[in-house]
Amino acid sequence: MPDVQALVNEFLFKLKKRKIEGSQATARQTAVLLRSVISQQRIPYTHQAAALIDAVKAVGERLVLANPVELAVGNIIRRVLHIIREEDLSLTSVAMAGLDLSAVSDDEDETDQDDHPVLSAAAVAAASRNTLRPPSLQTLLEDLPDSAAVPHSSSSGGDSEGKSKSADKSSRSRKLKHDVIEAVNELIEDIDTCHEQIAEQAVEHIHQNEVILTLGSSRTVLEFFCAAKEKKRSFRVFVAEGAPRYQGHLLAKELVARGLQTTLITDSAVFAMISRVNMVIVGAHAVMANGGVIAPVGLNMVALAAQRHAVPFVVLAGSHKLCPLYPHNPEVLLNELRSPSELLDFGEFSDCMDFGSGTGSPLLHVVNPTFDYVPPKLVSLFITDTGGHNPSYVYRLIADYYSTDDLVLQRKPASVNSVQT
Amino acid sequence: MDPRRTPNAASKPKVRQVGFVPRNAPPEPPARAPSYPAEPSSPPLSDSPAGNSLSPVMIPPPRHLSDNISTFRTPAVPVPESTRRRAYHSPVVGSYDPAESLLGTSSPVPSPPSSGRLIGDGEFSEESWLRRSNSAKFASSFPGGGFDLTAVKAVSAADLASSVNLKKTVASDVNVEKTIEKSEGSALEVNNEAIPSSKPLKAKPTKSERRALQESQRAAKAAARAEGNKSTAAASGGVASVKVSKQRTQKKAVASAAPSVAASEKKGSDRALEKDRKKDAPAPRMQFDEKSRVEKAKRRAVVNQTEARNRVELFRHLPEYEQGTQLADLESKFFQLEPIHPAVYKVGLQFLAGDITGGNARCIAMLQAFQEAIKDYVTPPEKTLNRDLTAKISSYVSFFTECRPLSISMGNAIRFIKNRIAKLAVSLSESEAKASLCSDIDRFINEKIIVADQVIVRHAATKIRDGDVLLTYGASCVVEMILLYAHENGKQFRVVVIDSRPKLEGQSLLRRLIAKGLSCTYTHINAVSYIMHEVTGVFLGASSVLSNGTVYSRVGTASVAMVANAFRVPVIICCEAYKFHERVQLDSICFNELGDPDAVIKVPGRMDVNYLGSLRNKENLQLLNLMYDATPSEYVSMIITDYGMIPPTSVPVIVREYRREQLWI
Repeated sequence: MPDVQALVNEFLFKLKKRKIEGSQATARQTAVLLRSVISQQRIPYTHQAAALIDAVKAVGERLVLANPVELAVGNIIRRVLHIIREEDLSLTSVAMAGLDLSAVSDDEDETDQDDHPVLSAAAVAAASRNTLRPPSLQTLLEDLPDSAAVPHSSSSGGDSEGKSKSADKSSRSRKLKHDVIEAVNELIEDIDTCHEQIAEQAVEHIHQNEVILTLGSSRTVLEFFCAAKEKKRSFRVFVAEGAPRYQGHLLAKELVARGLQTTLITDSAVFAMISRVNMVIVGAHAVMANGGVIAPVGLNMVALAAQRHAVPFVVLAGSHKLCPLYPHNPEVLLNELRSPSELLDFGEFSDCMDFGSGTGSPLLHVVNPTFDYVPPKLVSLFITDTGGHNPSYVYRLIADYYSTDDLVLQRKPASVNSVQT
Repeated sequence: MDPRRTPNAASKPKVRQVGFVPRNAPPEPPARAPSYPAEPSSPPLSDSPAGNSLSPVMIPPPRHLSDNISTFRTPAVPVPESTRRRAYHSPVVGSYDPAESLLGTSSPVPSPPSSGRLIGDGEFSEESWLRRSNSAKFASSFPGGGFDLTAVKAVSAADLASSVNLKKTVASDVNVEKTIEKSEGSALEVNNEAIPSSKPLKAKPTKSERRALQESQRAAKAAARAEGNKSTAAASGGVASVKVSKQRTQKKAVASAAPSVAASEKKGSDRALEKDRKKDAPAPRMQFDEKSRVEKAKRRAVVNQTEARNRVELFRHLPEYEQGTQLADLESKFFQLEPIHPAVYKVGLQFLAGDITGGNARCIAMLQAFQEAIKDYVTPPEKTLNRDLTAKISSYVSFFTECRPLSISMGNAIRFIKNRIAKLAVSLSESEAKASLCSDIDRFINEKIIVADQVIVRHAATKIRDGDVLLTYGASCVVEMILLYAHENGKQFRVVVIDSRPKLEGQSLLRRLIAKGLSCTYTHINAVSYIMHEVTGVFLGASSVLSNGTVYSRVGTASVAMVANAFRVPVIICCEAYKFHERVQLDSICFNELGDPDAVIKVPGRMDVNYLGSLRNKENLQLLNLMYDATPSEYVSMIITDYGMIPPTSVPVIVREYRREQLWI
């Protein structure tokens, strides 16, 4: 326990100090941390899944509070919670399938006796389908009738099983934990490989002699371009520098090093140049459930310009960037103001500001936001590791990755909910 | 153009009369002659958009009047002519182009108030006549403009064919020898000119056009040869016949491709007119991807800048130089330079070094340098002031262009000066002429820039209310004056200053505003959508406003206007009317200015950002430092000029009216 606590604290510190750059790194570290939390968690005999969920939520809440704007942390916590629920569900249903065969006359199940086998079969099917992502819209429709029943059966099944079969307890609890850790490992692997999976699709979107504009820097975008370049596509990239962080310079450097035709432009020239651009390809910070994008600052402007000139605006996002929340006033609430020193040197304006006779309110405000919100109507396409999607489809993708119980991570109401269900 | 233009014309008939009717300018009847018959004879055609603006057709008359219009203009105003015109004209006076009303001494609606503005001397009116026809040509460069000429041509070609004879004889009777020489020469020479000038209008006509040209050329030559020794009358007849044949071939062309004839009219027009028109029409800009011309220009150049490496393919047609490499060298040459006046040289170097920036500042500095140069000017023996001084000014202008491409406003100012020089009365002594030019320049600076700014400030201040949050981009001196004026008048508002790299002009504006006690918010252009939520109005300056309503301004202005438009925030452009230009532009690429490419790499004050320093020589890295962009007119809610507050659609009106008014300065 203590070593996990130390790890958590260390990670919290990093998050608070914004030491971790990029949502992919954050997502990966969060997943690794949660894995160790889960492996160290002692599992009680009953309510094993609930106990795990509780533990993860306890950590998760603190992580999210440490940096509420880094949505990837919350996403990964929810993904892990979802994994726990799913594993629990599949274990229960498997156990219940066995249970139904052997002890049909068990007291607890008498009331809904005839109903049960069907239910459990449906649960198994649902669980197996859920593990095979991506599920089609059809499975969703099939699931609909018993979606309410499935969670109920799972927890009640767990209870009954816990009471009746004490011999299986230890093996089952170990099994659950083991399965969860396996699944989390898969998740980590997914995060690690999301760049490659996105980049694989590059040739389908970039053709010969294309002119592409991007702003700022994103590893996903870089690998996307490189993948297309490796496939012998020759194209031209305009890189807007992305003030005030000038990540565009970094991206330009990488692209030049890999032999791509690169032109560095200032951010203000985006509108002037976009009429000669075939496609805008950018990275994102997070993708919201409505299809809106939290993106590096300046992209809303680029998206508007692209829309005006009917240039496709393509957002590359790994699935860890899909956030199940709907944005409300995202420009303010999901934003972060960075140091003014990136725009003006400290003391640069001290000469013209009269502090002595000041009325109390300073004359000069410097605003330096980090993110921009791009509404879904400006986005042409999302390219995730599972393929290309319309902005209007994002909510559906999210339904595959997250369970609705976890959307709110605050523990008080959440814990009540999870225990009760 | 036509749909827009017609209502304007209709709404401002009075202005037109005021401007021209009283001038007593001897009408240019021959001009009129061909166009008039067209109207009644072919009503369906004249109904078409182009039929309305007959002005271009008027261009031909001066061709026959070639050199000394003044001498034979009076006799050339034949009585039948004016009666004829009146007969045709009277119902339509109001809707005609300015050029038309010029003829209007005898026009049925002379308006009394205008007589105050009148300058009746023949020379002036000639000048204004040329001007007018120029403006007609400008008009034709508007989107629909091509039709103007062409359709009218179609209408009147038939009439022309017949009327040219008559016209010809009238003109040639008056001034036979001259016209013969002239028209022979010009028929051949203008042909050459006509081909390139016709290109922009239409590609289609070329074949029939060319055939027509060749035919007429041959005919002209033959006629010249055959009739070279004959009597003047015969010669004039020959010329006339050449014309006629031209017209006929033209007619053929009309029959086949009606709207395409535009160019052929030009070949008939006079050389002098052509020249004059060229002088102040927006000259085709130098395209820097034309090797031969660039080479030629380089040989003449005083400033030899080194071309930047790794040019962006898209902008080959624009000059791009490494900055600061030549400055020291040029400074050392300060005392050696003969042909360039020191004041001009100094200002040029200041442009080159970037010490003087901003449209108004550059324009004033240039004008004052010209003033100095004019004061020190002495007409060399055996030369006339008008011509020699114009040439001098042209050489200065090309020097300025080498230092930094001229802004459009400076182009307008230069046009004004040249116009004034050309208009100087021959009777004036040299010192008088110089004094008058200097005072003209002073008045231009005062009226068109300083007073205009004050007027704009007054207008704009009415749009600022208490509690407003006003956003501005870059550093426009007019906007700054507006903000300061409103602040002094006790308006309570906040200012958001948006800035962008690499110039960071906003910082200096911010500094000045804060020093005056305005409450400011400062941010960079990427954050504009973040800050736009709280903004209630956007005030932007402009380098130029083009006649399709496009605002040509510091790069980034378009982005700011676009975001403001997306957030439903009104965008107000503040721009003096002397910066308006009849040119049109749709994107920011065809014409622009490229700054120092290395400025893109260097981020002052940020040592951590230096990723690209070592890669500068890589083949596949290009740096682009655009200076301007074109804001589409739909993002602009209002343009505030010294003429008042107008929608962007009214820019062509201002351009037209302003051109005319400029003559009166």
